[in-house]
Amino acid sequence: MTLVELFVSYLKIGFFGFGGGYAMLSLIHSEVVVSHGWLTNGEFSDIVAISQMTPGPIAINSATYIGYEVAGIWGSVVATVAVSLPALTLMLLITHYFLRLQNNRYVKGIVSGMRPVVVGMIASAALLLMFPKSDDGRSFIDGWSWAIFGATLLGSAYKVNPIVLIVLSGVAGVVIYGFL
Amino acid sequence: MRQLLEIFWSFLKIGAFTFGGGYAMIPLIQHEVIHRRRWIEERDFLDLLTLAQTAPGPIALNTAVFVGYKHRGYMGALSAIMGVIVPSFLVILVVAIFFASIRDNVYVDAAFKGMRPAVVALIVAPIVGLTKGMRWWLVAVALAVAMVVWYFGISPVWFLIAGAVVGACVVARRGGEQC
Repeated sequence: MTLVELFVSYLKIGFFGFGGGYAMLSLIHSEVVVSHGWLTNGEFSDIVAISQMTPGPIAINSATYIGYEVAGIWGSVVATVAVSLPALTLMLLITHYFLRLQNNRYVKGIVSGMRPVVVGMIASAALLLMFPKSDDGRSFIDGWSWAIFGATLLGSAYKVNPIVLIVLSGVAGVVIYGFL
Repeated sequence: MRQLLEIFWSFLKIGAFTFGGGYAMIPLIQHEVIHRRRWIEERDFLDLLTLAQTAPGPIALNTAVFVGYKHRGYMGALSAIMGVIVPSFLVILVVAIFFASIRDNVYVDAAFKGMRPAVVALIVAPIVGLTKGMRWWLVAVALAVAMVVWYFGISPVWFLIAGAVVGACVVARRGGEQC
């Protein structure tokens, strides 16, 4: 039963995954944390951090990881296949009808109608991790958290590689919370 | 068969060396698919990027399907998509299996305490760039969606559908049709 739920959830995430990885985070959060309670907010946040440091798209990484957490190896297979299926079928269709679709004014209208929603989804992913509804897994626990947040934002503005930023903040965490 | 293996291998490399999401892999794809293998041409690549960003799903997968299909049809698309998925799947599976046993370690926990606010910063960073060039009321819509999804836990799917319907309607009205 869980496998079916996993399949349906990740099919949904794949099908509505407009706007790339960060926009998909709010969809994944909505399915995995809010609707099904498979993960806590803190675990979700950890998986995002791990996804940043490992190769591959966040959607695939999170599907494999959460699938395994929820239902073992088969869970990870089912979730990964489910999240890839819509991309495979839709892109095949689009590639096939490529020229006709690309200049279609309805397609353009639909895409521009979804754009503000996608931006909102990215912002909601940030809000969900900044101000979670439960006490578990707060991203911000003290002044140090805000210092790391500010430093990462600055680094990102100067186009420092995100993996470097994540690794540095991990090192900062070990120093601050492990030794100080 | 040889060609399918070549497609699989090329996308395996792309999948294994892209850290940090879709846009990071664009130069890699360009090198492998246009310059090295010559499977598609430079100008097709631009169309491909527009398409891969328009369609739902990870940009990496969408690109793989397009290139694989153009080069070797359905089996090509399947080989390419498998190539992208396999490295990420294996790495994460190993991490998932071993992570549970080290998660409670004091230093691992400390590292994740440090990484959590950094993750939030990486999500916040692109928002400013994305809102540039958007009209103020569209920014207001984005803000409203963010607040509602966050505060009430409503699935963003409904807002995507609403956005698509409104977008299609605006185009229809402009064409003098009823909506």
